[in-house]
Amino acid sequence: MSADNQLTRTQRDDLRTVAAMIVPASDEYKVPGADDPAIQADMLATLGRDTKLVAAALDHLARLAGQPLAELDAAKRDAVAQEFRSSGGTAAATLVRVVLQCYYRDDQVLRSLGLELRAPFPKGYVLPDGDWSLLDPVRARGGALRRAP
Amino acid sequence: MKDPVDVLIIGAGASGAAVAWSLAETKMHILCLEQGGWMNPAEYPSTGRDWEAKFYGEWSSSPNVRGRPEDYPINDDNSPIKVVNYNAVGGSTVMYTAHWPRLHPSDFKVKTLDGVADDWPIDYDALTPFFEENDRMMGTSGLSGDPVSPLTHPPMPQQPLGLSGAILGKAMNKLGWHWWPSDTTVATMDYEGRARCINLGHCTPACAQGAKSSTDITYWPHAVRAGVELRTHCRVREITTDENGMASGVVYYDKDGIEQFQPAHVVIIACNGVGTPRLLLNSASARFPNGLANSSGLVGKNLMFHPYAQIYGYVKEPTDSNRAPPTCLWSKEWYDTDLSRGFVRGYGVQFVRGAGPVFEAVVSEQKGILPWGEDHHRVFRKLNGHRLGFSAICEDLPEEHNCVTLDPVLKDNHGIPAPKINYTISENSQKMMDHALARGREVLETAGATDICINSPIPWGGWHLLGTARMGTDPKRSVVNEWGRTHDVKNLFIVDGSVFVTSGGVNPTSTIQAIALYVADQMKQRLANLFD
Ligand SMILES: Cc1cc2nc3c(=O)[nH]c(=O)nc-3n(C[C@H](O)[C@H](O)[C@H](O)COP(=O)(O)OP(=O)(O)OC[C@H]3O[C@@H](n4cnc5c(N)ncnc54)[C@H](O)[C@@H]3O)c2cc1C
Ligand code: SF4
Repeated sequence: MSADNQLTRTQRDDLRTVAAMIVPASDEYKVPGADDPAIQADMLATLGRDTKLVAAALDHLARLAGQPLAELDAAKRDAVAQEFRSSGGTAAATLVRVVLQCYYRDDQVLRSLGLELRAPFPKGYVLPDGDWSLLDPVRARGGALRRAP
Repeated sequence: MKDPVDVLIIGAGASGAAVAWSLAETKMHILCLEQGGWMNPAEYPSTGRDWEAKFYGEWSSSPNVRGRPEDYPINDDNSPIKVVNYNAVGGSTVMYTAHWPRLHPSDFKVKTLDGVADDWPIDYDALTPFFEENDRMMGTSGLSGDPVSPLTHPPMPQQPLGLSGAILGKAMNKLGWHWWPSDTTVATMDYEGRARCINLGHCTPACAQGAKSSTDITYWPHAVRAGVELRTHCRVREITTDENGMASGVVYYDKDGIEQFQPAHVVIIACNGVGTPRLLLNSASARFPNGLANSSGLVGKNLMFHPYAQIYGYVKEPTDSNRAPPTCLWSKEWYDTDLSRGFVRGYGVQFVRGAGPVFEAVVSEQKGILPWGEDHHRVFRKLNGHRLGFSAICEDLPEEHNCVTLDPVLKDNHGIPAPKINYTISENSQKMMDHALARGREVLETAGATDICINSPIPWGGWHLLGTARMGTDPKRSVVNEWGRTHDVKNLFIVDGSVFVTSGGVNPTSTIQAIALYVADQMKQRLANLFD
C-alpha cells in the first residue's frame, strides 16, 4: 500500500501505462498521450484528496494484470482494462477522471482543440446575441396562463 | 450572559438574506448566525486553469464530497437523488445556476384545480409585490412578455441567444412548442455596483465576476449597512424554549468551536429544506419531545426535490460549450396538467447550452460514448463543444414518506446529528420524467443531435429542498401558518423552502425569497401583536 499522499513507484508506472491506454499520443491530432511527462507530473502534483482512491484503483489494476501493466501484450492489456473499468467502481472512475482532467488542461492539448490557454476569468468570452426574430412564431402562437381560482 | 437580540436569524442564504434586509428598516437589533464564512471571489474556480477539476473536489456541489469544515454531512444513501447545497454567507446561491422562473398562480391551488396535494393558504397575488421587490434586489435579466409565464419586469435585458439558443429555438419552432429566453439572476449590464456577465461559463461553482446574483453580493451588503449584525462561522445546535413554550434563544458553536447561548425575542429559521427540519428535530425537549414546532408530526416530512429528467446530445455545428452561462431558454409547453399524458401536474424545461472540455471528457467516458485508445481523439472532437441539453424540472407532489430525519450515527464536526434522507420517486413523477425524456429526444433529434444520453434522475440533482415544514391554516396538517409563524411556538418563524406546500415545476428560489420578504412584511405589519 502507498502512503496517504503519494503513489509508490509501481503505482506511478501503472498510472503512466493506463493513462496512455486511455488517451494515446496522436500524430494526426498533434497531441501527446496522457503519459506525457508534463501531464503525468501535473497528475502527481495535484492528486490531493483523490490519492487514496487512485491508489486503490491502481492496486486493483495490478491485481487484475498480475504483473506490471506495461509488460502485458496488447490484447491482454485491453482485456485487463475492460475488466478494470467494469469492475473498478468509484476508484476506477476517479482514476480515469484524474487522467482526463489533467489531460484536457494541458497546453498542447488545448491548442490542438483550438482553445485558449487561460482561465475563463478575467477575460471571459463573447457570445453572439442571435436572431431574436426566432421568437416571432412563439409570440404568434400566444397562449395563456392557467387560471387560478 | 449575552444581551438578548430582538430578532435572531439562522442561516445567511437566499431567504435569510432577504428577511434580514427587509426587517432592517425596523431598526430592531437583528443578528444572523451563519455556519459558513464570507466568500472570496478571487479564489473562485474560474480564476484558475484547473477550474473544471475543482468541481470534483473542494468546489463540488455535494457537501459530502466537499467536506469543508463549514459543511455538515448528509446521509442520502436512501435516496436516488443526492442533496447539493452550499454553506456560507450567500448559502446555496453561491453555487446556484441562476435560473429564475417563478411559481405560476395555478401552483398555489393544485387541490382545487387537479384534486391532488393541498392548496396553499396564500396565493400568487399576495406574493406579487415581493417577487417584484426581490427581482430588483437580486437583479434579474430577461424578456418581459412570455405569453404562458407570469408577467415579470426584469430590470436588465435577456442573455444573448448564443449558438446553442438559436439551434434549440429553431428546433422548438419546428415542433411548434413553446420556448422563451429564461429570466435569470445573471446581470447582463452593470447593475448596482456589480459588473455584467462576461460569459465565464462557470456560474454554478460561483461567479468570479460578480455577475451572478448570490446574496452575499446582493442583499447582504445592504443589510449589513442598515445595521444587521452577521456573525459567521457560528453553527446553531438547537433552539431553546422557556417555561411558556416560547423560543428563548439558541445554543451555537462559535468560530473557535466554543458553545455559546444567544438569547432572542424572535427566532427566524432560514437553513433550507434540509437544515431547517434538522434543527427543529434536534431542538427536542421535555415540552417538545418530537422536536420543536412538531405537534403535527410533519417536521421533516413531505420532502420535495423536483426530480430532474435530463437528456442531451451532440449536434454537428458548434454550441456555446462552456463559454456562456449554462442557463439559456425555458419552455412551459408541458407545465399544466393534461391527464391524457398519463400523469397529473407537469414540468418546466431548462435548456442547457453545453459543457467544458474536462466535464465533457469525464462524463462521456463514463457514459461509454468516449472510447479509450486510438479513436479517443476523433470522438472527443465530435463531442466537445457540440453538446445541447434539455432538463425537465418535474413537479414532485408531497408524500410523507419522503422525509428528513436525524441520523442515529452520523454527526457533523460539532457532534450534531446529521440529517438522513429517505426519498423515492413516485409513480406520477416517473411517468412525468419518461414523458419529458421522450419530448426532449424529439427536440434534440429535430435539432440534428446524435449520441443521445440520459440522466434521469440527475443523481446529484437534489438542489431544490422543499416542503419539510409546510405552510397551512390547520395546525394538525402544517408546521407554519399563512404568514410563516410556527403554529406551536409563537415567536418562531420559518422563511426558507421548507414552507412550500407544493413544488410547482420550476426552480424555486425566486419564490422562496418572495415568501421571505412577504413573511418579513407580515411581521412588520404585526409588530405590536406579533405573538397573539
Ligand atoms: C448546484 C445548485 C444549483 C442550483 N440552481 C438553481 C437555479 O438555477 N435556480 C434556482 O431557483 N435555484 C437553484 N438552486 C437552489 C437554490 O440555491 C436554493 O433554492 C436556495 O439557495 C435556497 O435558499 P434557502 O434560504 O432556503 O437556503 P440556503 O440558500 O441553502 O441557505 C441556508 C443557509 O443556512 C445555513 N445553515 C444551515 N444550518 C445552519 C445551522 N445549524 N447554523 C447556522 N447556519 C446554518 C447554511 O450554511 C446556509 O448558508 C441551486 C442549488 C444548487 C446547490
Ligand atoms: S457566465 Fe456570467 S454569470 Fe456565469 S460565471 Fe461567467 S460572468 Fe458569472
